[in-house]
Amino acid sequence: MNAFNPDVTFDLAETPLRELNAALHKATGESNTRHWRVLNPNGRHALAAGVKAPLTIEVDGHVGYYCAGMNQQANVIIHGNAGVGVAENMMSGFVHVRGDASQSAGATAHGGMLRIDGNASARCGISMKGIDIIVQGSVGHMSAFMGQAGSLIVFGDAGDALGDSLYEAKLFVRGSVKSLGADCIEKELREEHKLHLHEKLTAAGLAGTVDVSEFKRYGSARQLYNFHIDNAGAY
Amino acid sequence: MTSHTNVPRTLPRFSSTFDPHTLAEIRRAAATGIYDIRGGGTKRKLPHFDDLLFLGASVSRYPLEGYREKCGTDVVLGTRFAKKPIHLKTPVTIAGMSFGALSAPAKEALGRGASAMGTSTTTGDGGMTPEERGHSSTLVYQYLPSRYGMNPDDLRKADAIEVVIGQGAKPGGGGMLLGQKISDRVAAMRTLPKGIDQRSACRHPDWTGPDDLEIKIEELREITDWEKPIYVKVGASRPYYDISLAVKSGADVVVLDGMQGGTAATQDVFIEHVGIPILSAIRPAVQALQDLGMHRKVQLIVSGGIRNGADVAKALALGADAVAIGTAALVALGDNDPQYEEEYQALGTTAGAYDDWHEGRDPAGITTQDPELWSRLDPIKAGRRLANYLGVMTLEAQTIARACGKSHLHNLEPEDLVSLTIEAAAMAGVPLAGTNWIPGRTGF
Repeated sequence: MNAFNPDVTFDLAETPLRELNAALHKATGESNTRHWRVLNPNGRHALAAGVKAPLTIEVDGHVGYYCAGMNQQANVIIHGNAGVGVAENMMSGFVHVRGDASQSAGATAHGGMLRIDGNASARCGISMKGIDIIVQGSVGHMSAFMGQAGSLIVFGDAGDALGDSLYEAKLFVRGSVKSLGADCIEKELREEHKLHLHEKLTAAGLAGTVDVSEFKRYGSARQLYNFHIDNAGAY
Repeated sequence: MTSHTNVPRTLPRFSSTFDPHTLAEIRRAAATGIYDIRGGGTKRKLPHFDDLLFLGASVSRYPLEGYREKCGTDVVLGTRFAKKPIHLKTPVTIAGMSFGALSAPAKEALGRGASAMGTSTTTGDGGMTPEERGHSSTLVYQYLPSRYGMNPDDLRKADAIEVVIGQGAKPGGGGMLLGQKISDRVAAMRTLPKGIDQRSACRHPDWTGPDDLEIKIEELREITDWEKPIYVKVGASRPYYDISLAVKSGADVVVLDGMQGGTAATQDVFIEHVGIPILSAIRPAVQALQDLGMHRKVQLIVSGGIRNGADVAKALALGADAVAIGTAALVALGDNDPQYEEEYQALGTTAGAYDDWHEGRDPAGITTQDPELWSRLDPIKAGRRLANYLGVMTLEAQTIARACGKSHLHNLEPEDLVSLTIEAAAMAGVPLAGTNWIPGRTGF
């Protein structure tokens, strides 16, 4: 699958998930065991959740809910598809899904980067709080709902109600947007935004794969930031 | 000829339906175009613990000697799965209240008071502050739908994790911290600009039902290496089913908040018309635990209008393992204190009725982010008041338990209670006083 030469391998067909996570939680940046491989994940939930060290964890297969949940510092590479809430509430680090992701990818995450090579389902980046999410495919409806901070960059299309009730998160979509949610508007893509996109794509290892000027930018109109009765129809 | 002035006239009579408060609300709504938002809990009279009475021991039961014979008050929470259950000296805990809704000195005082009495405090929507962790010997970290300030480092620092699904004042509703209370620090903790209204979501963004909740709880356990008790908190509305599903989802502890429970700020119509009184919620919750064979294995904390040791004892007698207090704790700190009567009047209210917590102008310095108002609350003195109050509640509950012949508060049982009203008898599942009749159930 890859040329990766791990320091330690966990085969979840033979070892309980609890043992893997406990070992990951004990690992530190000073350890010689920096490169981990996980075999036969078979859709298990909470795999590599709560890791707090600069480890590289490669997962050979599909994962269930909340893989790399609340990640701090680690590089988690999933050679397969990810279930609900991959990298939920991530604080830092890098999570790379080589396949598709289910709904709520990167939900409420405060930092770090989530790269999804395939598509993400509904509510990608819901309540995002600082994470950068790059989806090479498309995202489903209600993506970035109540997004507070960070960037959602979509190479493909976005579903209904993109950015509904958006706060300060920055949204970039290269394809079509089925509809925009409440208080989300298209904004001018200026040079500073192209530079922003270039920086994020470079960090994700995707610089040069697309022309950044092809993206459209979306953000909050900031009309609903303070409740006013005249806006009641928007809620 | 009789003059008009001599004709007896009827006295002005207000309608029960359109009483002065209702008329004022209609006029206010017509003038402003928006519903009333306020803090606190329901103000209408509801069936409550006052409708129940204890049957002190006499011939058929044998009482314990007050001030001599021991009556235990401690409680262990989280004995189902957690490697490190919580052991509290009193079954009276402090409910979740956020930094943001409350001032930092108020949060500190809650921690000081609770720690002095060997009980726990709980964070809120704004996340965990260093002051709060530093002053709370046992701290429950709320995992809320908004996930403001949600941080795995804080998760690891907590003694327990409370997954909040709803609260009694507004089951199914989210919160709104209005812009005037959003200081630089509050804004930074919530990753939002200063001065804007900060909505607290009504549902968790990354799960959609009890099956997902089970997986979410598993994730929280995995992250914290199965050490910490996981609480699940629900607002009382369908307690039998909600508690059943919380237990099925793997909760160590379930928290049930009745409609008398307070809130930082929400619509008055929500506070007064959604949810059910805690008195009516405890027995269905206990029944759910019993039907699952989990009563006393998954602990039950109840809250919503708990005010004194009698309330504590009654809640425990109905089957709870502990109670949580919110509004009462704030009053103990100094909320609505008559010493600020002039200022309350200037705000158009009076001490005891002030509930516009969202405006951030609390004269007592408790529900505000204004540093000048903050400074009015001495967290050391306020913490001592809270500790005194918690101590009194515990002593009161002990006194009642001894009179019922119990050597531990947890030995209180429904058979120690009767009801003054048919409604309370039906809700609490105890007989109407002087009868063996429990409405809706067969007598003995």
